Amino acid sequence: MDVELLARIQFAFTIAFHYLYPPLSIGLGVLLVAMEGMYLRTRNPVYERMARFWVKIFALTFAMGVATGIVMEFEFGTNWAVYSRYVGDVFGSALAAEGIFAFFLESGFLAVLVFGWDRVSPRMHFFSTCMVSLGSMMSAVWIVVANSWMQTPAGFRIAGEGMEARAEITDFWAMVFNPSSMDRLSHTLSGAWLAGATLVLSVSAYYLLKRRHTDIALRSMKIATVLLVFASLFQLFTGHRSAVGVSRNQPAKMAAFEAHYDSSAPAPFYLFGWVNEEEQRVNVGIAVPGMLSLLVHGDINAPVTGLHAFPPDERPPVNIVFQFYHLMVASGMALIALGFLFSFLWARGRLAEHRWALRLGVASVLIPQVANQAGWFAAEVGRQPWIVYGLLRTSDALSRTVTKEHIVFSLVLFGVMYALLFALFLFLLDRKIKHGPDEPERIASEYEHQKQLLHG
Amino acid sequence: MDFTGLDLPLIWFILVGALLTGYAILDGFDLGVGALHLLTDTDDERRIMLNAIGPVWDGNEVWLVTGGGALFAAFPAVYAAVFSGFYVAVMLLLALLIFRAVAIEFRSKQSGRAWRRAWDAAFSAASIGIALLMGVTLGNIIAGVPVGPERDFTLPLTSLLNPYALLVGVTTVALFMMHGAIYLVMKTEGEMQRRVRGWVNNAIIFFVITYVATTMATLLYMPHMGEPFKERPALFAVALAGMLAIANIPREVHHGREFRAFLSSVASIASLMALFAVGMFPNLVLSTISPAYHLTVRNAASSPATLSVMLTVAVIGIPFVLAYTVAIYWIFRGKVRLDSASY
Repeated sequence: MDVELLARIQFAFTIAFHYLYPPLSIGLGVLLVAMEGMYLRTRNPVYERMARFWVKIFALTFAMGVATGIVMEFEFGTNWAVYSRYVGDVFGSALAAEGIFAFFLESGFLAVLVFGWDRVSPRMHFFSTCMVSLGSMMSAVWIVVANSWMQTPAGFRIAGEGMEARAEITDFWAMVFNPSSMDRLSHTLSGAWLAGATLVLSVSAYYLLKRRHTDIALRSMKIATVLLVFASLFQLFTGHRSAVGVSRNQPAKMAAFEAHYDSSAPAPFYLFGWVNEEEQRVNVGIAVPGMLSLLVHGDINAPVTGLHAFPPDERPPVNIVFQFYHLMVASGMALIALGFLFSFLWARGRLAEHRWALRLGVASVLIPQVANQAGWFAAEVGRQPWIVYGLLRTSDALSRTVTKEHIVFSLVLFGVMYALLFALFLFLLDRKIKHGPDEPERIASEYEHQKQLLHG
Repeated sequence: MDFTGLDLPLIWFILVGALLTGYAILDGFDLGVGALHLLTDTDDERRIMLNAIGPVWDGNEVWLVTGGGALFAAFPAVYAAVFSGFYVAVMLLLALLIFRAVAIEFRSKQSGRAWRRAWDAAFSAASIGIALLMGVTLGNIIAGVPVGPERDFTLPLTSLLNPYALLVGVTTVALFMMHGAIYLVMKTEGEMQRRVRGWVNNAIIFFVITYVATTMATLLYMPHMGEPFKERPALFAVALAGMLAIANIPREVHHGREFRAFLSSVASIASLMALFAVGMFPNLVLSTISPAYHLTVRNAASSPATLSVMLTVAVIGIPFVLAYTVAIYWIFRGKVRLDSASY
């Protein structure tokens, strides 16, 4: 394997592992705001116990996100030095803004969230929860803005030539609101909300199956279902807007999504398929004819730009992008169906009745994870061979001084670390879930116990 | 906001320096507490150690993340050269930072003796390793690296671990141990605090020895770091202030003024970082091949437009950051109390 491929694998591995956790934190954060808000409104202690339990899960996903996120902050410099020099002006400023506006907010108030239950008033605690939730979404804002600039660069000019060339900001707001950033941000955020919603749904369904903590589980499940229905439908909307944007701004990527080669033809929309890249056609696929033309141009007969419009060295790999894209779409549709199912059961008052539905609920936590990962892979592999679309090739962006041995070393190092981390994450998540929310007597007695210790 | 007329690269040199100094001050005591962790014996004492930094350590790490982001934005050429050049060291550092987080988070999750002992050792080893690696990297930055015309370099592990860099590494460990011990005095009481006071004295002695050795080595072998002080003798005040701050620590500890002792320790770290910055300026990375290849605040900086936008971000963001940093430390002030939410 060459250095470029190894470096891409290393980046993909570390970012994909990292990306398991921030969506959970973002989604759970929104639900925590809802839970604590319910507590403040109703003063029903059930909601406090619920929030206390989910804060523990949140703390775990957040810690994983921080631990794996630090790597990302430095990996641009270690493996992609040429890229870093080229885009530092633009990309670096988004990362720095993320640190100043988002990370400090999150990590600061997280301390109150986790350790502050008995130190601050419930209102202050609620305020801290809102700040953590806001901070987690702000971090998504900046990183998605930075990534979107790589997809649809705007608000810059190229200064210098050859080795010295680099992008310089000319218009900060045009850079922030580049053509794809808002569509992709809303799409990413709703994907994160879905990750949080299904986690709560899944754990609640587990408790209902085991007939434990049924009161908290039912209420949690309802809160999660509201978010699930909203976010899955919003996802359809933002997904459509994103796709229209991609067809306009990155037509090669759109063509790869649907393995559409011929620019003069209307394009179908595949439900599934397997692309034969040599023969440039889709084997064994089922497609709705003209559907892609309809979706992006509003006309079933309109031609869609195909891969033939691009020289071979400017085309992304097709089949892998096709598969990731369709996996994402299918997962999204499954989540919409899941949302309808659970709201139907809720409306009939039968959320806890059907064991098959509860089992489905338990498994549902995996669907947004698959969708989020597949979606990012489709977006990033679909941008190839460019690292910054139309400006800088991935093959030119590598650190010149980094060797194959270096990357193999770091890949093995992080492989071992992350395997350990993942095993511990699952183990601890399992323990926290099996332990469940603390019983009211326990919280009260511990509080009394502390008071005695403190005041003799 | 309009910042025309300001020396933006200089301002960003100071701001990146301030972020990294903030990191050294804040995560410095976390690392120091980690380095001292195994000196305690009982589980309760170790829990007090962990919970002394419990609510704040990951917020402190954000200073490093933001410092990295600011370096990327303000001096991309330095970010690119340093992190690709110190590839192995950076990767080890990242792995250790993860490992420390893992150890802190997971130690408390099981009560078995072997489980806790193993994570205690991991936490302490990772903390010492992080401090050492950071110091070693700093030492290499002071000594210079083989940056060529393409503005990048590689450094084999053997030359990375040269005696001077190792000395700076050990000094960093000693500095953070002293800082962490003083922080612990603020956070403990009774019998444990009495012992922690003993650590402070030993740590100060350890630090002063390494500090004197590093200063001598720097003056003898890294004379370029002394030049700015020869040109502007007034800058010697920075070195003097640092020494007075260190000398003040045992006095404050003796009088039981814990917070003032801690502030003295903060001042000594800040003055050391300032000495480093003054010695380097206007260079950020020194080339051992030719001064023409030095990466300076001028030739490595981003465009004025970016520096100006970033300054706006900083002017808006930093008051908030300081406000909630102070708020969090205020909420968690005082002695450590173990409760149901503790590690």
